[in-house]
Amino acid sequence: MNKTSLDNLTRGIIRENPIFVMLLGMCPTLGVTTSAINGLGMGLATMFVLMLSNIAISSVKKIIPDIIRIPAFIVIIASFVTMLEMIMQAYLPALYSALGIYIPLIVVNCIILGRAEAFASKNSIFQSLLDAIGMGIGFTLALTLLGSLREILGNGSIFGFSFMGDIANPILLFIMPPGAFLALASIIIVVNKLRGVK
Amino acid sequence: MAYLMIFITAIFVNNIILSQFLGICPFLGVSKKISTAVGMGIAVMFVMTLATIVTFLIYYTFLQPYNLKFMTTVTFILVIASLVQMVEIIIKKSSPALYQSLGIFLPLITTNCAVLGIAILTIQKNYTLLAGICYTLASAMGFTLAIVIFAGIRERLDRTEVPQALKGTPIVLITAALLSMAFMGFAGISY
Amino acid sequence: MSYKIKEFIVPVITLVVIASVSAFMLGYVHDVTFNAIQKAKDNHELQAISEVVNEFDNDPFAEKTTIMTKDKKDKLIMYPARKGGKLTSVAIKSYTNTGFGGRIEVMTGFNVAGSIKTFKVISSNETPGLGSKVDDPKFKNQLTDFYPHRQILKVKQDGGDIDAVTAATISSRAVLRAIERAYDAFTNFNSGGDNE
Repeated sequence: MNKTSLDNLTRGIIRENPIFVMLLGMCPTLGVTTSAINGLGMGLATMFVLMLSNIAISSVKKIIPDIIRIPAFIVIIASFVTMLEMIMQAYLPALYSALGIYIPLIVVNCIILGRAEAFASKNSIFQSLLDAIGMGIGFTLALTLLGSLREILGNGSIFGFSFMGDIANPILLFIMPPGAFLALASIIIVVNKLRGVK
Repeated sequence: MAYLMIFITAIFVNNIILSQFLGICPFLGVSKKISTAVGMGIAVMFVMTLATIVTFLIYYTFLQPYNLKFMTTVTFILVIASLVQMVEIIIKKSSPALYQSLGIFLPLITTNCAVLGIAILTIQKNYTLLAGICYTLASAMGFTLAIVIFAGIRERLDRTEVPQALKGTPIVLITAALLSMAFMGFAGISY
Repeated sequence: MSYKIKEFIVPVITLVVIASVSAFMLGYVHDVTFNAIQKAKDNHELQAISEVVNEFDNDPFAEKTTIMTKDKKDKLIMYPARKGGKLTSVAIKSYTNTGFGGRIEVMTGFNVAGSIKTFKVISSNETPGLGSKVDDPKFKNQLTDFYPHRQILKVKQDGGDIDAVTAATISSRAVLRAIERAYDAFTNFNSGGDNE
């Protein structure tokens, strides 16, 4: 694999992580991460749509006139999201009902339209796929990390396995709305420190 | 009475931003100054109400009778996107002054998940058209309230000494957390 | 002139083509998943029924009937569970719109004598980790083998006998309300109330 391809693949994971660095797609990030499994599920669902939409958009980019670019992208993305909705309803009903309203809202997730505009509409199919995988992994990792942190602190469990028993009460605040902001703030402080941002 | 309950719940108890996490992007992005926050709030209120009315009518005249419920997401986002474009064109033609103050926010609203979110929630909650409008208007007012208060805090925050590690995004998120905690107090008054 | 037409026609046709391709694909996926979605929903309900009633050997789904609520304004679905032809318990599907996230659907099991066996939340939009805990054993165990004519089916804040889920009083109240609706409908039905 040459250097640009590798770069396109790994860029989204840490250096340009969509959540911790670019602050995109904040609604599902804060809304569904009350548990690690929800974070992981949402991350994978978004990655699925991102991969398909990046492939589709980079393969039709030449035939789409410039003035209808955005509406055409929205139609393509919305169709993939609807397919995802139906597939999840059929085969993963429990996860579908846990993620609720945030599944149809993948349509307006800034990451997907953003990657379509900034990357897939200018690059080849293969490179767009790599970009989608990288960004998808970055998004999934971030959501899972945030979900785990909130679940450990707020519910005393991880991926549903309780480890605290009745010894102590968990900090309920962390699975309530304010905890989402606090947990994300703490992670960003650490990430900024690691990246050496002044 | 039922309408009053919907109203109060949607503005304070289930605040669209601080407890439902819809419309976080403009909340964090367009809240540096009170004046822009007010502009954004009004633009959202206008588009959101219009969008709910149109999507409601489309859902109950086309999608439900013809068994096309699975097309909800696609239809709604397209309707909202074209509605925003249309409003932009109309305002530009009819009132350049209004366009000057609201126009810049309109493109941002298409990807504001609050508009699509509320349109879908109105259907999910089985509201009538009137209750739906009431719910949407109240949610949009909750949005405006939260974003204006937040902008007020951020204007002050600019003039204070923030610890090095918290500068930038972290302090903004911590402020949002405190505001969200304050709104949680309203949960006590519902029902 | 022809240039202008081209400028207008080409984008319109492209958009129409893209939209029709999407619509066909969606229709296809809908056809493929339709039965699976229905089956997933039915399975979900059947599982809820078997969790809340006594052992049975009939098909409660095939024998379902509708019963009227106490105020006669609404109908609930009742699934009878029989063992060797004898009615042992029933499951009633009830709902409320007063949850924190709107509608909550609850399947409640009743012994023939009139006590609540247990319940199961079928669908809700309650906050995960908070309101969703109304389906956890800690809350649920308070309502297993519950006799509504001896104990009060309300949370302690409202003078009842049930501890609400911590930080989720609204969800707890809503679930109790749904169960109460099912109970009232069931007693009404048992006392020879009109059914269909």
